[in-house]
Order: sequence, then structure tokens, then C-alpha cells
Amino acid sequence: MSFTRRDTLRLAIGSAVAAAIPFKVMADVDADVAAFTGGAEIGEGGITLVAPEIAENGNTVPIEVDAPGAVAILVLATGNPTPAVGTFNFGPLAGAQQASTRIRLAGTQDVLAIAQMADGTFVQARQEVKVTIGGCGG
Amino acid sequence: MISRRDFLQASMAASALVGASGFGNWGKLAAQQTLSQNDLLDFDTYGNVSLIHVTDIHAQLKPIYFREPEVNLGVGSNKGAVPHITGADFRKAYGIDDGSSSHYALTYNDFSALAQGYGKMGGMDRVSTVVNSIRAARPDALLLDGGDTWHGSYTCYHTEGQDVVNVMNMLKPDAMTFHWEFTLGSGRVRDIVNELPFAALGQNIFDSEWDEPAEDFAPYKFFERGGVKVAVIGQAFPYMPIANPGWMFPEYSFGIRDQRMQEMVDEVRAAGAELVVCLSHNGFDVDKAMAGRVTGIDVILAGHTHDALPEPVIVGDTIIIASGSNGKFVSRVDLDVRDGKMMGFRHKLIPIFSDVIEPDAEVTAVIDEQRAPFEAELSEVLGRTADDTTLYRRGNFNGSWDDLICDALIQEREADIAMSPGVRWGPSILPGQDITREDLWNVTSMTYPNAYRTEMTGEFIHTIMEDVADNLFNEDPYYQQGGDMVRVGGMGYRIDINKPIGERVSNLTLLKTGEAIDPSKTYMVAGWASVNEGTEGPPIWDVVENYIKRIGTVSVAPNTSVDVAGA
Repeated sequence: MSFTRRDTLRLAIGSAVAAAIPFKVMADVDADVAAFTGGAEIGEGGITLVAPEIAENGNTVPIEVDAPGAVAILVLATGNPTPAVGTFNFGPLAGAQQASTRIRLAGTQDVLAIAQMADGTFVQARQEVKVTIGGCGG
Repeated sequence: MISRRDFLQASMAASALVGASGFGNWGKLAAQQTLSQNDLLDFDTYGNVSLIHVTDIHAQLKPIYFREPEVNLGVGSNKGAVPHITGADFRKAYGIDDGSSSHYALTYNDFSALAQGYGKMGGMDRVSTVVNSIRAARPDALLLDGGDTWHGSYTCYHTEGQDVVNVMNMLKPDAMTFHWEFTLGSGRVRDIVNELPFAALGQNIFDSEWDEPAEDFAPYKFFERGGVKVAVIGQAFPYMPIANPGWMFPEYSFGIRDQRMQEMVDEVRAAGAELVVCLSHNGFDVDKAMAGRVTGIDVILAGHTHDALPEPVIVGDTIIIASGSNGKFVSRVDLDVRDGKMMGFRHKLIPIFSDVIEPDAEVTAVIDEQRAPFEAELSEVLGRTADDTTLYRRGNFNGSWDDLICDALIQEREADIAMSPGVRWGPSILPGQDITREDLWNVTSMTYPNAYRTEMTGEFIHTIMEDVADNLFNEDPYYQQGGDMVRVGGMGYRIDINKPIGERVSNLTLLKTGEAIDPSKTYMVAGWASVNEGTEGPPIWDVVENYIKRIGTVSVAPNTSVDVAGA
């Protein structure tokens, strides 16, 4: 339950940034989604997003996306100053439409994955990842 | 899958058993001074497989007093649900008579008075007697240890867990999973695990660098028992690097990983498992949630949150067993497994009344052998409790042990505010009882004991309180870490447990002046058990020992500084 001055500072800065930018971030997320989908309807199902419920280290959070039959998967960290994480494109010879990577999360937020399927439709999956100070276990 | 009728029959059988063998009767038996080992162990052996579950022993090799919680609140769908009921409500739910031995073992009311009559509970030599008795009826019963075993005492700290390992090996467990063990450091854990004569399991223990299953821990193990192919899948505590210092075991990553749990269940079923048992350190609410998401688990043996439940909780086709902590209870679960299915169960939560159950002399000898080199240090009396004070820890918001620790931190470290971690381990001390060094270490022993002293702004203190409260009261159990609220000395607050993070904690008040905590002002905070590497300060047991020696007689006034709403 203690924090070094450095941690304290980092946390304070983190929350200051988070407090200052949510409006802009939401706009960025909407813009990124619109650019990827062209404004099309987004359904559910057919895409799996695996991420920890609580990050062990917010600086490197392992995530995995899997959308059989997708041609591309967009990943967004919706609470980051720059939400765009990346877009995975799958060619016709891809054996699986699956990708895993590690991402940095500025704080507790939803990770959003949207897959574009071969027929041009879109599906999404979303999960909250909590970035906590931690401290006291049973 | 089991039909509802099968389950109903099973639970009726279990109820009949409860009526016949123990639960409701202990009070009367005790009143007649006839509470006997035979009554406690009486069990009509059933089906073809027996499981024996112990968990969260926290290195308590000798009998102890342990007061169960007064406040244990559930949120969301778990509000008012088992195990979030206490005291009279708990006794009513399970038909327990007031003043009975079950009242004493399972609820907090009149604890010190009942303790005088019923005595200490637990002791691994008594647990051994119970295990031996079950094995006499069912020689191939599986003994499964849910973890938090190699942590929590003076001798465990000084032998780096070896004392508990030596004693537990006498009981011959078949498998184990983990939590606080990792705070011995990953090197030490691997050294012990490599020598263990039983399986070290954890399907969710991963290599942190490659995010692949760690090689040192198998996900599951198969056993052939009573002609039944049994698979035991391990589930270690999911939030180890968050709740405990991750720098002590940097090679490992955890998490709930229920997708992999499902894969493991499917894998063992495909390999012919007729009974799938999950040996879990998730915590009860997480286990309940996981049982609703993962299909194909027959039995979850639950640990971590220290709940002791006289009956299983049933979610779908899964039964969840909670076996308490600190060696107070052993669960026996008999199962009827036929045609690759669990057809029924019979269960008993066996309370280890140390004055009733004969110790296993061989195990007593091994326990005493572990303690012998430290006997002088263990038995030194530091002070005593006043006639009005029971020292205990369990409860969501405060316990008198932590009030004492916080007082010691404020006085000895000259702080405005003290913080003590909301852990759930640590036995109790009765009024007018000597407090020995062993007693103090039972509530403070850990490998990161440094008592820090640091300045924090009011705003930052609030952030910490909110963060910890969300780890306890998030409506989604998957976002809970177990444990209780951080204990605070020198400061009062109000908490509305049903609000979202950032809005639960309010009315922070500095008790010595009665003034509201100013978000922009700086306060001197003393605490211990920081998860950060390089934390400086004396070990907490030295701080508290000095304080107890100085005041001599410990009297802790009831804590009225936490105002809880939404319960």
C-alpha cells in the first residue's frame, strides 16, 4: 500500500492527462471506427477478444483477437491519448485470422476490436481492462 | 450432466445426513458435554470417489482461535447471497442453534465467551487424524490443498516455508495450487515444487515473457480412483502480481484465463475424464462466475476468500465447496460417479475442534520438531489483552488487530494516518490472554514487511481508497481481487459500496483534529506491506512489538470511524 514518489508522480500525471482528454479521445475513437467501417452497421459475435480483466502491468498488456473469415481486424484502446493500436490485415492465404500483441494502456478502459468480414460486414468485441494500483490480497 | 432430480436427491440425502450426523446436533451434544470425535467424523460413505479439501492454512500448524467475519458484504447479484451472510443470518440460513459449536465455529457473535467453552480449532495433527479417518473408510480418497499454505507464521518465515512443507508432506496430499507461496520468491517456490511428492497445479500460471503456460506447473493431473478417471485442474490466485509484489516472481503471469480453463476441461474430457475437479484459489464469487461460464466442471474446491460453508453452492451442474481457513475445517465430499457422470454427492464441512479430535502423534512430533529451534523466540510474551478486547482481523472494513497495528504505526512512526493491508489471514486473541511473539507474527508475517513512512496528498489518499474499494466491491467478480478494504488509522470515512469507482469513498476526516481531509494538503502516512520494490522501513512486527511492550495491556476501543452505506 505504499507508493514511491516516482509512482505517485506517474499516477498523478496519468490521471491529469486522462482527465484532460476524454472528449478528444472519444472523438478519435469515433473517427477511427468510421474510417474503418465507412459508417456501416457493426454486429456482435464471430469475433473473440482475449484480454486480462485486470492488467498485471498497464505498460504491456497481452491481447489476442480472433475472427474466423475476417479480412481485417482493427484494435483500439479507447481510453488512450491515441486510441489506435493497429489494424491486422489478412490475405486470402492466411491460415487463421488471428493476432496477438501487447499494448500499453494509460488507465482503466475498454479495448475494442472490430473485424471486417469477407462479405463486407463488420462485427465487434469489447472488454474492460482495469489498470489498478493493487496492493492487498487475501 | 446431472438432472435436477439427481441433485435434489443428493441434496436431500445431504440434508438428512446433516440432521443425522452433526450440524444441527452439535449444540445439543455440546450442551450434554458429549461432543465427540466420532460425532465430528461420522459420515455414511457414499458413491465411489472421496475428495478431502483443505485450503488457506496460512502456516497454522498448531490450534488457534479464529473469529469469522461480522461484515462480509456482497454487491450486484451477490448481495445477500452466500457467502455474504454473517452472524444470526448465517445461523438461520443453515439451521444452526444459538450457542452451539457450529455457532462458535462459523459465526462471530459471542466469540470470546464461546471460545472459552469450545476451545481452539485447527492444528495439522488434528487435521491428519481426520484425513486418516476418511482414508480408513475410503483408502484412495484424494487430498487436495488449495494453497496459501506456506505462508503466515514465524517459523514459516524463518524456514522459508520448509516447516509447513515438512508437516504437509506427512499428510500426503495428492495435489496443490498456489497464492502467497509465490511471495517466498519464484526461485524458492521452484526449489520446493521440484521436491514435492505431489502435483503442483495451475492452468493459469504462465511464463510472463512468452505468455505461454509455465513449464514448472502442470495444468492438471489425472487420478484413477474407485474405478473412476478423475482429472484435477489447478487454478492459482489470478491476481498475484497485482495484489502481491510482482517483482518477487517476475517470470510468471496469472489471470483468470477462463478460456484456457474451458480448453483444459475439454481436453481432459476428451482424454476420458469421468469427473472433473477444479482446485481453485480464485475466491468464492469468482468461482461462482467461472462456474457459469465454463462448462463441464463437476466440483470446484474454492479457496482464497476464507469462507466456510456447511453446504455446497450449486451453479448449473457444478458444486462449489468452501472449506474455511487457518486449519479450522476440512471438507469431505463423496461422489457417485457412474457412466462418466457425477450422479450425486454427499458433503460435510468437518470442524476441527482441537480438544475433541485426537492429535496424530506422529504429526505432532514433526510439528514440534519444526518449532523447537525457535521455541524461545515464539513463546516470549510481549503484553496481554485487556478484559474488554478480543483481537481479530476478519471483516470488510476493520478488525481490532489492524486497529492495534494502525495505532502502533501512528505512535511509533509519528504519522497522521496509518494504513494496514486488508488481508484475511491472522488468528484471534481472547480477552485477558498473553500476546506472544508468535501471535504477533501470525498476523504480520510476510516477506515484504517494511513499515514505510511517506507524505501523501489528500487527493492521493482518496485515490488509494477508491482503488482498493473497487477491488472489493466491483459488481463483476472477475474484477475483484479478494481481500478486504485497506484498514485505516487516524482517519474516518464514509463508503457507499454500490457506487462506481471514484464515487464510493467520501467524508474523509482526520480524526485527531476532526477536520475534513484537504485534497491538496499533504499528510504523513505510515503503512506496511507495500508491493513496490525497495520500500524502506523497519519490519512491521518490530514496530508493533515495541508498541505492545510499551503499553503492556492492549485495549482496543470499538472502531466507529467507518460509515458504511448500501449494505
